[in-house]
Amino acid sequence: MAGVVETGLGQRTRRWLAAWAWVVFAFLYVPIAVLVVFSFNASSRVNIWGGFSFQWYGEALGNEVITSAIRVSLIVAAVSTAVSVVLGTAVALALDRYRFRGRRALDGTIYLPIVIPDITMAVMLLVFFAEAFKLIDSFGPRFTLGISTVALSHIAFNISFVCVVVRARLDQFDRTLEEAARDLYATGWQTFRRVTLPLIMPGIAAGGLLALTLSLDDVVISAFVAGPGSTTLPVYVFSSIRRGVTPELNAISTLMLAASITLVLGSLALQRRRASASQQTQVL
Amino acid sequence: MQPAGRTSETTGASGEKAAAQAQRRQGMLLASPGALYLLIFFVAPLALISVYSFATRTSTGRTSLSGWNVESYRAIGDDIIVGIVGRSAWLATLTTALCLAVGYPFAYYLATRPRHVRAILLVLVMIPFWTNGLVRVFAIRFLLGSNGPASALSESLGFGTFRILFTPTAVTIGMVYSFLTLMVLPLYVALERMDWSLTEAARDLYASGSKAFWKVTLPLTKSGIVAGSVLVFVPSFGSYVVPDILGGAKTLLIGSYIARQFRDARNWPLGAALSVLLIAAMLIAVALNQRSGSGAEGGDRPRGRRRRRARDEPEPVTAAV
Repeated sequence: MAGVVETGLGQRTRRWLAAWAWVVFAFLYVPIAVLVVFSFNASSRVNIWGGFSFQWYGEALGNEVITSAIRVSLIVAAVSTAVSVVLGTAVALALDRYRFRGRRALDGTIYLPIVIPDITMAVMLLVFFAEAFKLIDSFGPRFTLGISTVALSHIAFNISFVCVVVRARLDQFDRTLEEAARDLYATGWQTFRRVTLPLIMPGIAAGGLLALTLSLDDVVISAFVAGPGSTTLPVYVFSSIRRGVTPELNAISTLMLAASITLVLGSLALQRRRASASQQTQVL
Repeated sequence: MQPAGRTSETTGASGEKAAAQAQRRQGMLLASPGALYLLIFFVAPLALISVYSFATRTSTGRTSLSGWNVESYRAIGDDIIVGIVGRSAWLATLTTALCLAVGYPFAYYLATRPRHVRAILLVLVMIPFWTNGLVRVFAIRFLLGSNGPASALSESLGFGTFRILFTPTAVTIGMVYSFLTLMVLPLYVALERMDWSLTEAARDLYASGSKAFWKVTLPLTKSGIVAGSVLVFVPSFGSYVVPDILGGAKTLLIGSYIARQFRDARNWPLGAALSVLLIAAMLIAVALNQRSGSGAEGGDRPRGRRRRRARDEPEPVTAAV
């Protein structure tokens, strides 16, 4: 078991480092904590504590605009995660183990949606949909920005993230296990279904959770490609903040916070299971 | 579909050739849905915005694709826009420097804890990183507002109200708060891989603690510093949400300016030209990082990975990034 690392620093420096670390942790957590505490504030004035109350949660969830935004967010997140997990995993497998024409171009392009700033991705897609609609309109059917354009845009960035995560998993993959299966006369499909897929499943799940998180978090791209009836929750919050801070916003933010923390803890639990599973295989 | 990829039961040159061909076909089949999707919903928009940057804005604010010109690129030389780009670059640099100054000692502390403590602390770092970014910026907005809790606290302590919101300071605080983890994680990875017997050797040769740090530890963690700096600089430079919520009229940054061209100002060609420049700048930054990263880590990375695997440590860092 590794003990304390001997860094060669003096006692005083070490104490300063420890103090600093807790200052940074406070910096990371205090703003969030204050927000959560004030979401339970009974007073409608944001800076005065008027006792504990769930009032703002009731008001937020009674607001039809907000519930509709929540619904849109959940639909978009579910659809974009499902599609991007399938497409992203397939691309990751292809890049990891096959040579084919266009492989290098794909390998380079797949990282771009991760790298370029949200705002440029947003305006790119806005221009693209505007042109595409013009083209489609000339054939007859009329399309406008809406929930489907939001979902299509989310898939566009989520494929890349899923692909990167799954590829990291494939990178550590022990190919001899597949060879063993083949030696025991498993067909290609059987090998994939019974050996490859279970082994990369944690990677796929992690990629899916990341896609879900990113989709629920996205505000910039959604703000540009959403139509009138398809506002997502972050877009609603974003435009409300511009009009001013209300206790209702604190309540929604706390709900969003709870959702993302649930997702983090879920993915961490997943990693822990993965770690203990790999320990078991090592014992065997 | 045979993703296991080894189809060659046949032997001989022709068999191998056929197998290679089958392999290529399978790979293509597997990759094509995702590749096609990216082609339509990423590459085509990227090409389109490049085309738009050469288009003309008509007097009604529409975009006319006939009559190519470089007017929009010339407009970027305008004093106002140069000022905005300069301010964005300055704030991004400041954010990066602050993240490094705050993050390095922090990562150092994390990386030198005993293993089981390290795992817990890392989770504590990851939680804010994964939480909704917009909510975190909103938390800062709420905290710093002129009638927010921080102001109320300072008033009750007799310091008077403070007006920090809607200033470049508020934007910088918000950006450091948003992007700090992006700096801490690569630094942590670099420090955690450090071979501490090297600093020990320096100490044995009578180097002082600080000298051992500046001459041994810091150079050995250069790859983490470079990677972290790029990871922070890139999103701060193009940031839109943070300056929009925390900044005022005086802190107009390039991200907000681009958004404005597409929403209110309706000058799509100018917005497109700025987007193209922003994308180019990001790609250059990332390419530079990759080059310096592979140079510095050349012999280091495989060893790090083997050590990591030998200790069978879960890799939350790679999974998260």
